[in-house]
Amino acid sequence: MNVFRNKNKIRRSPGDAAVQVIIYLFCACTAILTVLPFIYIIAGSFATEKELTERSFFLIPHVFSLDAYRYIIHNGDVFRGLKNSIIVTVVGTAIDMFFSCTLAYPLSRRYLKGRNGFTNMVIIIMLFSGGMIPSYLLIANVLHLRDTFWALWLPGAISPFNMLIIKNYFQGIPEEMEEASIMDGCNDLQIFTRVILPLSKPVIASVSLFYAVGHWNAYFDAMMYISDHSKEVIQIVLRRIIFLTSSISTQGMDIGFFALPPEKAIKMATTVVAVVPILLVYPSIQKYFTKGIMVGSVKG
Amino acid sequence: MFTNHGIALTICFVNERGDCMKSKQCPAQQQLSMDNTWSKCLKNHMWLYVMIIPGVLYMLVFRYLPMGGLVMAFQNFSPYSGKSTLGAFIHSRWVGFENFRKLFTGPDFWQLLRNTLSISIASIIFYFPAPIILALLLNEIKSDWYKRSVQTMVYIPHFISFVIVTSLTAQLFSTVDGAVYKILELFMGDAAPNIMGDPHFFTGMIVGQTIWKETGYGTIIYLAALAGVDVQLYEAAEMDGAGRWRKMWHVTLPAIIPTIVIMLILKVGSVLNTGYEQIFLLQNSMNRSASEVFDTYIYTRGVVNGNYSLATTAGLFKSIVSLILVLGANKIAKLCGESGFY
Repeated sequence: MNVFRNKNKIRRSPGDAAVQVIIYLFCACTAILTVLPFIYIIAGSFATEKELTERSFFLIPHVFSLDAYRYIIHNGDVFRGLKNSIIVTVVGTAIDMFFSCTLAYPLSRRYLKGRNGFTNMVIIIMLFSGGMIPSYLLIANVLHLRDTFWALWLPGAISPFNMLIIKNYFQGIPEEMEEASIMDGCNDLQIFTRVILPLSKPVIASVSLFYAVGHWNAYFDAMMYISDHSKEVIQIVLRRIIFLTSSISTQGMDIGFFALPPEKAIKMATTVVAVVPILLVYPSIQKYFTKGIMVGSVKG
Repeated sequence: MFTNHGIALTICFVNERGDCMKSKQCPAQQQLSMDNTWSKCLKNHMWLYVMIIPGVLYMLVFRYLPMGGLVMAFQNFSPYSGKSTLGAFIHSRWVGFENFRKLFTGPDFWQLLRNTLSISIASIIFYFPAPIILALLLNEIKSDWYKRSVQTMVYIPHFISFVIVTSLTAQLFSTVDGAVYKILELFMGDAAPNIMGDPHFFTGMIVGQTIWKETGYGTIIYLAALAGVDVQLYEAAEMDGAGRWRKMWHVTLPAIIPTIVIMLILKVGSVLNTGYEQIFLLQNSMNRSASEVFDTYIYTRGVVNGNYSLATTAGLFKSIVSLILVLGANKIAKLCGESGFY
């Protein structure tokens, strides 16, 4: 087969080669356009306020300044937000994965009686929902979860889509594995924890990332259910800092050594702080994407 | 809450029918296929039924119970009319279709419908083809590391919150200190548009954000479908004298048509679901005439103003239309010979 591929390379006409170059360039431009705003924000967060107001666009600041980050460290809001977001994300993802995996495994066993009924339950919630208001009343007025992290953890504990990815991955594991464990005397729970889960690392890593990113980025839920300042998550803090500029100058901290609070740089630095955790985790999990999502779900 | 994984769900259903029983049987397999009565299955797989309990409870409480709450649409619901919320449901006055009449004849309805549809349709026209085109181009790239680096970069924005996307937008387009605005000002002087405040730009802004954020990630599903194409098909096409474009047209494209159809069905089904966060975050008092959609209307009417019945009515209307559209699109896809999504 490789022979054929090489032949393909030799056969290329000049016009075709030009098209190839254009395709390469186009993809490179797309990639650069995608990351450019991030680079601008990172550069801006290290710049002085003077430079930010004078130069319209730059990728390397002339004068390097850490004022914005110093402000963030002095101001407790961002740190509290980060701390709360980490709690919400870590515990939330654990809850999500527990509910999703325990539902996905029985649904993936085709000998289970009543499996179709349960699968239909999942399909119905994908096609139809009660909408925002009934859920809001349930969480706020019936379960009284307002101002607790449970309001952020429980309502989305199973995303049907993610659950089905896991289910399909479980289904793709050769049945012989299960048969061998039955011969060794394992019960279903042992098969699940000792055989299936260890074999499913790619899908568990990818889906955990999806859930974690969902929790980390969630703004709307937090805005609806959390009004207690001590429980604010980072997205709420970020939103306030970016859109209510006045909050920066009225924070009442010792801005003595700043003379002028570096308003624009602070917005940028807060953005950077909120993005960094995701950018740190993302590359280490990206390699599982293909394995976890594709192998798990693309068969048909 | 997690609505953006259309990616995965597409194939899940197709998969469902791919299961086939193997013919050879070992003792353990016999044990597995023997459990064909309820009592035997319950006894042998007790743990499976125990495991399914949390998930089913979750669905009943957080997904099915709210569906029951939809009766509010036919009531004049007040949460304080009873001792508990359940009591409030019992004691609230039944008004039949009064809320629907109010919704459909209200002054906002046509504006809501127009704004919602213009955002959705613009998104189908401009955003929907973007990942397909990018995936086709990425597929042409032979160098592995080049392809992988591009992929890594274009996936990133998908993992960024809308709060940050909006803040990036604001910092780039702000009339006070936005980088893009300043560049526009250089060329256009005072005529430079206030993009954040002008309702004319709102739809474009939303679709633009979506294209920037989701195009790269959207390619994953198409690339996965393309990875499954048999190399021999390309070789055969080459033998027949097909060039790059003919191969793309006759081999690559047919390979992803089923995926495209499923994605389109889902997209059509969510025509009224524009999402809360993105629009809510980009909304301001100046662009409200273009930015008020069903989702934001439900939030303001229900959660903020406490008019639960009217907001639920709008939600129910939205859910029913979405359901009809998904099922309808699925039907049409099947009539056209595509597999549909279930």
